[in-house]
Amino acid sequence: MTDIWSGLTQAFWLLATLDADLVEITLRSLKVTLSALAVASLIAFPLAALISVRRFRLRRFTISVLNALMGLPPVVVGLVVYVLLSRSGPFGVLGLLFTPTAMIIAQVIIVVPLIASIAHQSLRELWSDYHDLLISMNTTKRQRIQTLLWDGRRALLTAALAGFGRAIGEVGAIMIVGGNIDHATRVLTTAIALETGKGDFALALGLGFVLIAMALFVNLMIHWLSHTESEGRW
Amino acid sequence: MKNYFMGLAVSALMVGAAAAEEMKLAVTTSFHNSGLSEILLPAIKEDLGLEVQLLVVGTGQALRLGAAGDVDAILVHSRKAEEAFLADGNGTHRREIMYNDFVFIGPVADTAGIKDAQTAAEALSQIAATEAIFVSRGDDSGTHKKELSLWSAAGQTVDDFGDWYRAVGAGMGAALNTAAGMDAYIIADRASWLNFHNKGGLSLLFSGDPVLFNQYAYIPVSPEKHTHVNKDAAQKLEDWLVSGRAKQLIDAYEINGEALFVFNAKE
Repeated sequence: MTDIWSGLTQAFWLLATLDADLVEITLRSLKVTLSALAVASLIAFPLAALISVRRFRLRRFTISVLNALMGLPPVVVGLVVYVLLSRSGPFGVLGLLFTPTAMIIAQVIIVVPLIASIAHQSLRELWSDYHDLLISMNTTKRQRIQTLLWDGRRALLTAALAGFGRAIGEVGAIMIVGGNIDHATRVLTTAIALETGKGDFALALGLGFVLIAMALFVNLMIHWLSHTESEGRW
Repeated sequence: MKNYFMGLAVSALMVGAAAAEEMKLAVTTSFHNSGLSEILLPAIKEDLGLEVQLLVVGTGQALRLGAAGDVDAILVHSRKAEEAFLADGNGTHRREIMYNDFVFIGPVADTAGIKDAQTAAEALSQIAATEAIFVSRGDDSGTHKKELSLWSAAGQTVDDFGDWYRAVGAGMGAALNTAAGMDAYIIADRASWLNFHNKGGLSLLFSGDPVLFNQYAYIPVSPEKHTHVNKDAAQKLEDWLVSGRAKQLIDAYEINGEALFVFNAKE
């Protein structure tokens, strides 16, 4: 119990003094996760809209697979990305292992199924509302997808935030592909794992509280910037 | 969005371009947990202008990283595994740098009574005889390999042990946390123990037997097998590690007034 208190005090002092190392790893956490989120959203949103609008043979199968992959174990993703990016692996020449780029790749793989599944769920409902209208207006597939994505943007935001939550707190994959190198690939979660390993629970908890506070802050900022709950349904 | 991707591509290129002054070194958890790296790395940067990026892993994984060419050099402590690594042509040569020692940690009450043991083998035999809970690293690290060789030197077979022998498959710090939680016996390197904050009901019970000395060696990854390795930086770092400056820093490093490492590199 005392550990939690000293963790809170540590977190407070780290934040109050703007500890240089803390600022560095926090910004790196944000950079990696937001980059991964941007790439993942670019893949997942159109994919979700496409499987809402189009009817193809393996559609149900694709949806089931996407749903199942929401539970993709990060440590396995990390291991596979590691083997692929290793100097003796197929993409070794790129020299990407143990760089932030490798961490971004792993996180993209982890969050795409999650974002696509959640986005698909709400776009499908929206599509059943819009179906007759859009068909009678003789729209192209492309226009239908664009309409769904634009009118469903609040739901897509929720999907993206879920992806952010999964990526920012993830440690298994980025520990393996990033290597937790000080000043290069250390982020908040891997730093927490490191301090726990040293038995410094207070500092580990302090970093943990900073992580939670940052996740809260990012969510609040996004809601504030996009005026949710203050105008219109979408 | 296009700009964003351009940015990503440019930053990826910059990482590649900056590689001239950087090198990757795989080191063991016990070396890193000792805190010595925080003394040596800034000095290396100051003297050589070389940014050494540490990958902190177990010896087993460090050797794998070296064999795959994912790092430029390794600093580990498991002689047999190092020699096998060299025999497979993965490294150029092995250079001994320094040593520290392993210690036996256990509950303050010392239920197995190893405090008065004369040798490490005797201490282990007593733990096995009383079946006191013992935490093993179980992760194929240098410390784990050392522990296994100590058991066999004591005439014990690990495979025959009952459930008092608990292989946790974790790093030194995590294993110490587990031992603290179960009031168990464990073998740790002195540095990790002294730097460990969550000591709980544990204390240092036995040390000093010469078989417990733990030699660290530096091995550059073979540039013939992996043409991309930064062999100049690896050579510069080796020259620095065996220099008088390194000797002075390593020998002077203390925690709570106790020296941890003994420099023994030969010029």
